[in-house]
Amino acid sequence: MTATTVPATSAPGTTVPEAPVLEAVDVTKHFAVRSAVGARSVVRAVEGGTLALHRGRVVALVGESGSGKTTLARLLAGFYAPTSGEIRLEGTPVRRRRGRVERGYHRDVQLIFQDPFGSLNPLHRVRHNLERPLRLHHAVRGRAELDRRVRELLERVALTPVEQYVDKFPHELSGGQRQRVVIARALAVEPKVLLGDEPISMLDVSIRLEMLNLLDRLRSEDGLALLYITHDIASARYLCDDIVVMYAGEMVEGGPKEQVIAAPQHPYTRLLVESSPDPGRGARDREALFDADADSLGEPPSLIDPPAGCRFHPRCPFAMDVCRTQAPPRTDLGGGRWARCWLHPEGRAGELDRPGTDAGTDAGPVAEHATDRTTQENQ
Amino acid sequence: MVTRTVHESDRTDTDLTDTDLTGARSASGAVLEVTGLAVEYVTDGDPVRACADVTFTLRRGEILGVAGESGSGKSTLITALTRLQRPPAVTTAGSIVFHPRDGGPAVDLVTASPRTLRALRWTSLSIVLQSAMDALNPVMRLGAQFADVLRTHDRSLSRDAAWTRAAELLATVGISGDRVRSYPHELSGGMRQRASIALALACRPELVVMDEPTTAVDVVMQRQILAQVLRLRRTLGFAVVFVTHDLSLLLELADRIAIMYAGRVVELGTAQEIYDEPRHPYTRGLRDSFPPLRAPLRRLTGIPGTPPDLRRPPSGCPFHPRCAARFDGCDTHLPGLVAAGGHAVACRLHDPAATGRPADTGQQDRAARPDRTAGPEGGAR
Amino acid sequence: MSAVRSGLLRGWKVRVGLSVIVFFVLLALLGPWLTAAVPGLDPRANDLTAIGQPPSAQHWLGTTQFGQDVLAQTIEGARGSLFVGFLSAVIGTALAILVGLPAGYFGGRTDSWLNFLSNLFIVMPVLPLILIVAGYMQGTGLWVIALIIGFFGWSGGARTIRAQAMSVSNRDFVLAMRTLGEPHHRLLFHEVLPHLTGWIAAMFLQGVIGGVMAEAGLAFLGISDSGAISWGTMIQAAQQQSAVLRGMWWWFVPPGLCIALVATAATLVNFGVDELSNPKLRTVRRSVVRRTRDRAGRASRADRADGVVGETRVGSDA
Repeated sequence: MTATTVPATSAPGTTVPEAPVLEAVDVTKHFAVRSAVGARSVVRAVEGGTLALHRGRVVALVGESGSGKTTLARLLAGFYAPTSGEIRLEGTPVRRRRGRVERGYHRDVQLIFQDPFGSLNPLHRVRHNLERPLRLHHAVRGRAELDRRVRELLERVALTPVEQYVDKFPHELSGGQRQRVVIARALAVEPKVLLGDEPISMLDVSIRLEMLNLLDRLRSEDGLALLYITHDIASARYLCDDIVVMYAGEMVEGGPKEQVIAAPQHPYTRLLVESSPDPGRGARDREALFDADADSLGEPPSLIDPPAGCRFHPRCPFAMDVCRTQAPPRTDLGGGRWARCWLHPEGRAGELDRPGTDAGTDAGPVAEHATDRTTQENQ
Repeated sequence: MVTRTVHESDRTDTDLTDTDLTGARSASGAVLEVTGLAVEYVTDGDPVRACADVTFTLRRGEILGVAGESGSGKSTLITALTRLQRPPAVTTAGSIVFHPRDGGPAVDLVTASPRTLRALRWTSLSIVLQSAMDALNPVMRLGAQFADVLRTHDRSLSRDAAWTRAAELLATVGISGDRVRSYPHELSGGMRQRASIALALACRPELVVMDEPTTAVDVVMQRQILAQVLRLRRTLGFAVVFVTHDLSLLLELADRIAIMYAGRVVELGTAQEIYDEPRHPYTRGLRDSFPPLRAPLRRLTGIPGTPPDLRRPPSGCPFHPRCAARFDGCDTHLPGLVAAGGHAVACRLHDPAATGRPADTGQQDRAARPDRTAGPEGGAR
Repeated sequence: MSAVRSGLLRGWKVRVGLSVIVFFVLLALLGPWLTAAVPGLDPRANDLTAIGQPPSAQHWLGTTQFGQDVLAQTIEGARGSLFVGFLSAVIGTALAILVGLPAGYFGGRTDSWLNFLSNLFIVMPVLPLILIVAGYMQGTGLWVIALIIGFFGWSGGARTIRAQAMSVSNRDFVLAMRTLGEPHHRLLFHEVLPHLTGWIAAMFLQGVIGGVMAEAGLAFLGISDSGAISWGTMIQAAQQQSAVLRGMWWWFVPPGLCIALVATAATLVNFGVDELSNPKLRTVRRSVVRRTRDRAGRASRADRADGVVGETRVGSDA
């Protein structure tokens, strides 16, 4: 399965018809941490995060743990105030009172948590979870009206027959059913944006697709803008329109999904795609897959003291001198694609297309050394 | 009473299977022969059967993948294989026969004394856990932990020699030797997991049981760790039982794959067979639950319903409530694992006695599967 | 919830503890009726024919130096002691929740202030303070005693509640409900507080023990309502009349034993509550271990007997 066999889909990212519903403009979030000895340091969780969510479209935010994707989701959900930069809801910057967003914000933006076991209060029945937002946001009163709306919500997330679920406690439901309740609860508010923070990663494999199909239906039926955060690039491809890749708190590449996966324009994206299991690749060429780049390619850097220049340079097979000193600029590649890599301004982008995993080996020792250094500094 | 007789007849099927498999395994270098293994959890009420009738053979140097969802009994199987289980879990039936490399007498791990087990651990049989922090002692330097293991099994080894050997072992998994003086918390998650793999391999075991060893690390690190495991296996020749929920990973990694559902092995075949022609409807559903990374996208549906509650297992085939290809009798007859040319499946679709139809009903099955969440836009992608 | 209840009642500790507490509560509630109904069982009447008598058919637990019936006094004392115990526990627990819950939930500055307050009460020399306050309010009833004990005894509990509230408040479901627009008071009392029930119950029981003991201690030091009868005042009276030196054990043993019994019972119930809220404390029950061994033994015997493994399981399959 080489990249060329993937049909160039209609590339929906090329035309963006309307203004984004929710966008993050150059947001940065730093957390102050204090070590045991009292030394203060700053975790640069997200830097220069720029993202736009449109009606009826799904953007996938892909990255490894610690890449800042969850922090970005929580910035968008209004749990944190950005250190700098701006979150805009329908073009208007979000206002805050004492660090907290106004309640009206959550009428438009809802977050779905990763853990369906943790995001439902074990002491409340399904009904309670759905009635509260109805009462709070739509002033629904009266038993009959409440019952009708609750039934509607459960039917929308395919928890039918409704009678079987509405009076259950969370522990009486399976993981997938719980996550449906969580989604129904978010929908009760009738939001414009749904932020999914790894919404399927805690679910059993066989029911993940149903959940993705449900999210897909919501976006096309209700025109929700959806942010799908995941570490699984294959599921991102299944659900989303556009992919944004994060590495060590920064966005390194973005664009229409098929193009990003088929022809990555950043060395990290390439590494990520190559490392992801692909059942289609099959058992045929196992040895080649696992032996070629067996040398240590290092690990993501510490966010307290990230490498100067491009944060990926200690692990990058293409690293140049400029990568070690200056952060790469964002290069627009046309068709909604962009990448933050010096290969593009330097005119070496062609090297990325060359298939093959051997590139990793020549930087092996450098990468090893650099990782050692960062982990030591971590201590 | 009717059910009872059915079970007896199915049991005969399984016995036949066993003999079939025995032919294949003969002394052709099996490391581990698991036969009819059953594990139960004793509760206040009826015991909960977490594993039932698990039968497989692990060949020397082979990677056997065990795939299953939560509640499929794969973790229970791991603790039973390594005899690390504690009450209320108990092995109620079956045997786990281990054949040492040096041609020594075979040992049944189920009935082996604690003393025998101690002698086997590390040198013949070791385990890598999901969380390396569980395997490494947080208050001991890495080198000291390696030295402990090495010197317990080779008393002639001096302390210095053991530390030198520890550094060599760490180097084999790509960790620089000077890390022997580090404490586990000073390493990153990926390094810790690699160190625990090196520790498991310290005494050159013949069999390494890996329980989701890469679930806690990222995909890039996962690839590196697995590449190292494969490379080490080539030089050291150990066999691996690799348990995970990620079938897509096993398809790339394993030689053979056992699919578990509700405590039973429902299909066992080579990775190629499992991917190309899965016979059990569950296996097919599981395979189609992983969206492809490069192949053209089509609408996938996963498997409707939820995995069974082992406290109240469905009657007959445990998969029948979720199975689109079920037919008369699936809810009363429990199919045994039947082998055909090494590819075994426990499904009545492939049992000529149960159905007059030809065995392969794959196409019908896919067409017949109800699509619970399919929206009107279903065909759009 | 019924599962929780039956789980709680299953342990012998809880059952024994609860029955003892229920017994004493009934005694306290029905005490006046009991003493009035049975002739000669008046805690305040002085039987001048029997002064300082050991237990006899007429006075089952003997009489005091003043000719009062010890059994009647013990029954009446249960009323006084448990009243102080429960009231002070209610006050202490309420204060602990009022301070600890917002501190843990809101964090930040609210937490700093409230935490400062509870720390202040922790380091305060409580006993001298109680002595002073009680001395100032000389001759007041058991109400005041209970108030004082409760008011000075909440700080440790507040810290526990604070820590637990903090951890519950950070859980996803609280965040999720906040995102839905739930106001703080709903989050506090409907989402967070119910999860602290176990801790609060444990704290309350601890408070009851503390209250009963503290009342006895204060009475012993002479701080008590002179008219009221409690186990503490009984012991104090016995002490003043040198009951120990005179060998009048029947005077001070019953109230002392009752205090010890109530304290033990409350502690037993506490164990059960603890196990319920922290499953790690729950040990595998002996019956389960035994049955586990039985099954394993049967399996291996079967193996040896017929050489074919797995025969036993077929029957149980059906």
